[in-house]
Amino acid sequence: MIRAEHEMHKRRLSRNVGVGLALCAFGALIFGLTIAKVSETGPVEGFDHVSRPAMTATE
Amino acid sequence: MTDATAITIEHEAGFGDYVALLKPRVMSLVVFTALVGLLVAPGALHPFVGFTAVLCIAVGAGASGALNMWWDADIDAVMKRTAGRPVPSGRVEAGEALAIGLALSGFSVVMLGLATNWFAAALLAFTIFFYAVVYTMWLKRWTPQNIVIGGASGAFPPMIGWAAVTGGVSVESILMFALIFMWTPPHFWALALFMKSDYKDAGVPMLTVTHGRRVTRTHILAYTVLLVPVAMWLAFTSIGGPMTLVAALVLNALFLKGAWDIWNRDESAAEADAYLTERKFFKLSLAYLFLHFGALLVDATWRAFA
Repeated sequence: MIRAEHEMHKRRLSRNVGVGLALCAFGALIFGLTIAKVSETGPVEGFDHVSRPAMTATE
Repeated sequence: MTDATAITIEHEAGFGDYVALLKPRVMSLVVFTALVGLLVAPGALHPFVGFTAVLCIAVGAGASGALNMWWDADIDAVMKRTAGRPVPSGRVEAGEALAIGLALSGFSVVMLGLATNWFAAALLAFTIFFYAVVYTMWLKRWTPQNIVIGGASGAFPPMIGWAAVTGGVSVESILMFALIFMWTPPHFWALALFMKSDYKDAGVPMLTVTHGRRVTRTHILAYTVLLVPVAMWLAFTSIGGPMTLVAALVLNALFLKGAWDIWNRDESAAEADAYLTERKFFKLSLAYLFLHFGALLVDATWRAFA
């Protein structure tokens, strides 16, 4: 087992942690956008594929 | 064994080296102008969507910075000011900079399109193309007017912010573009006068090298004079207002005075006080742009509460 801590390991760690955080931030961004977009959309009818008389055109 | 270790260390980048590829200092100006363009536009975005739009514009600008560092590694290595950048110093490989630049370009354009609209996304894509290909690959090594035309890429962000809200272009957004576009040459040439960078060794045709310092001084004054009507016009559009008008009057008077002083002296006078006038003008140019866009924001806030 290698225990020696080299400067190289520090750089590698900072890179791994940085990329990890960037990925988490990207996930959070997608989540936030989803909330923002869905809450801007008005009430949605028919999303469950059940027919509703109100949605059917009446002649 | 020792050789192998040495090579590994040289190419082992820390996360900070990747961040440096995105030119964070240039990014701060992009973020600010894009944000103002987005906030003064008629209509409103969901705050989180607006945040995403500014983030995408910033990352897109950063991506073009990475592409610039990939292409210009040979020039950067020659010049003292840029020799410490991640690629010429060997901490990041050129191919890595290219990969990061391309990947982030794709992400930022697609995300901006999905979050707002595809016109804003196309404008961002064009901006990245303009900086990385038109400026970096074609103009920079070819003509002393490189920064004049290349300045367009730095001028697009407020237009993209505007487009993210409205989905189009208007007089106001074009004038915000024109303000940065006309501001870039005096700003950069003032820097070129006192930085005395080693552009000559790197083979970059800066105006100070190709046509001399006297011509550069004249150019600074000429572009400053052309900048004034753009700034004044902006104050009288729908996004202007009393604050913008006051800012335009004061800032342009100061800027013209500075450019006049630069034009009015020769190299021996400049050497005597270590380019004090040029340095002051450069600092003023930063304040000029920042305060101008700040004034637009103040007027927009007043309108919102009136």
